[in-house]
Amino acid sequence: MAKKLGKRMRQKQVRKNKWYEFQDKSFKYIALAATGIGVLVLCVLLYDVFFDGFGRLDWKFFLDSSSRKAKNAGIYAAMGGTLWIMALTTIIAFPIGIGAGIYLEEYNKKGRLSNILEVNISNLAGIPSIIYGLLGLEVFSRTLMLGDTAITGALTLALLILPIIIVSTREALKTVPYNLREASFALGASQWQTIWHQILPASIPGIVTGAILAISRAIGETAPLIVIGAATYITSVPKLPNESFTVLPIQIFYWIGKPQHDFQVNAAAAIIVLLGITFVMNGAAVYLRYRWQKKVKW
Amino acid sequence: MKIEAQDVHVYYGQDHTLKGVSLTVKKNTVTALIGPSGCGKSTFLRCMNRMNDLIDNCHVKGNILIDGVDINSPSVNINELRKAVGMVFQKPNPFPKSIFENVAYGLRVNGVSNKEYINDKVEWSLKQAALWDEVKDKLKKSALALSGGQQQRLCIARALAVEPSILLMDEPASALDPISTSKIEELIYNLKASYTIMIVTHNMQQASRTSDKTAFFYMGELVEYDDTRTLFTNPKKERTQNYITGRFG
Ligand SMILES: Nc1ncnc2c1ncn2[C@@H]1O[C@H](COP(=O)(O)OP(=O)(O)O)[C@@H](O)[C@H]1O
Ligand SMILES: [Mg+2]
Repeated sequence: MAKKLGKRMRQKQVRKNKWYEFQDKSFKYIALAATGIGVLVLCVLLYDVFFDGFGRLDWKFFLDSSSRKAKNAGIYAAMGGTLWIMALTTIIAFPIGIGAGIYLEEYNKKGRLSNILEVNISNLAGIPSIIYGLLGLEVFSRTLMLGDTAITGALTLALLILPIIIVSTREALKTVPYNLREASFALGASQWQTIWHQILPASIPGIVTGAILAISRAIGETAPLIVIGAATYITSVPKLPNESFTVLPIQIFYWIGKPQHDFQVNAAAAIIVLLGITFVMNGAAVYLRYRWQKKVKW
Repeated sequence: MKIEAQDVHVYYGQDHTLKGVSLTVKKNTVTALIGPSGCGKSTFLRCMNRMNDLIDNCHVKGNILIDGVDINSPSVNINELRKAVGMVFQKPNPFPKSIFENVAYGLRVNGVSNKEYINDKVEWSLKQAALWDEVKDKLKKSALALSGGQQQRLCIARALAVEPSILLMDEPASALDPISTSKIEELIYNLKASYTIMIVTHNMQQASRTSDKTAFFYMGELVEYDDTRTLFTNPKKERTQNYITGRFG
């Protein structure tokens, strides 16, 4: 009886093991398939865009502004607008975001404020970007009467990426080992001296990496800028931040909405340019992180 | 008296870690703190330069007088205190900078900018720490490229550069090989002429070789404190006897 039972249990165990093995394998293939589909879709999209747009990329395309004729239209104004937005957003968002990250991580780590902000900042990062657009429209464009200008756009995008910069700054600061702080304090350095001379140099590549990724997200944003009323048809690059502007994603959005095939080609070419910019920025971020990991060993 | 600890209690949150430690230390002596791990040696050492202030839930009670001044009184500037009471940690922790900058750091945060003075001071400190001959040709090289023993002597030089009068050492040789260890011990012996030294050690031989006085801690209490020779040859408490003969710990 006991023997029989033992045999039955063994059989059960074997069946179970087979089932686990099957689970293991099938999960592996499902995961592989999911990755494969993602990569495949991306490749098809990229192929489609490159096939349509690559031939359109010439110097003229970069030097022309909006035009009613597709062949005469280019991305000069949009490119200029994107650069303006990039510069202004950087100037606004980097100091505030990095400063806030340092304050929260180094000065107010255990404070109540820090706890409340910690939760809320993570939530802020998840809010749809169009909501930031509405906020920007109400606060910057209307209340502060900045209008549909580059500065309004930059302020709005700065708000959008502030949570990302704050969180990544804190993460970078967290990676600095405690014994480095300890060593500095033990020599009589003040908190600010410790942050400035030891903690920031050790974490700046991480901070900058996060900030670059945040900016590269900002320049791809369309929705909030449409909401604040960025122009879709513009023939000159703004000379000052208080002029109206357009950016690459909006230019693309506008061209894609047109029925003529030639505008679709323009859109594809502009997408290639935008992808290129994003790619270069992400590449820079990856490179910085790589250099950093190689150089600093504790 | 250089250092006077009077009824020092330390709490980590609810944990009563140090339970009323009192001891006095004379100028230019070496005091060894021994005892099983977790008995509160490091905690006590860290009271001397208020490193425990950096730990959020840590509270210190009782008085610690250095040169007669209560270091926990509000009139004491904590950064000045830490310049006067240098510390060397268990694991060598040089800054990820050049050898020169490691030693110069304490001067720079002190507001010293005179290049000549800094150069002289760096050389002097490295000589004091018996490291000068080994590194004088590579001062610009990264401190992280040095061996563990050299790194630890660099950390000592770094502490000496700001001219402390007390040097705290928390198991400074426990991560080092025997040769580096004996170099550190020799150094401690030589530094005694100019500094008051407090050293935590796990190693009984090290305590008896390097120190004038030894304090035996057990479970947060100071069990016995005496001349090193007396404590090791003729301990008054049974617990001390058991510990130094290796019956526990
Ligand atoms: N930062 C800390 N937070 C909480 N408890 C601590 C902390 N540091 C040390 N302790 C506790 O205090 C006791 C004494 O530690 P420590 O002074 O490091 O002992 P020792 O140096 O003698 O080995 C230990 O029980 C340890 O767990
Ligand atoms: Mg210890």
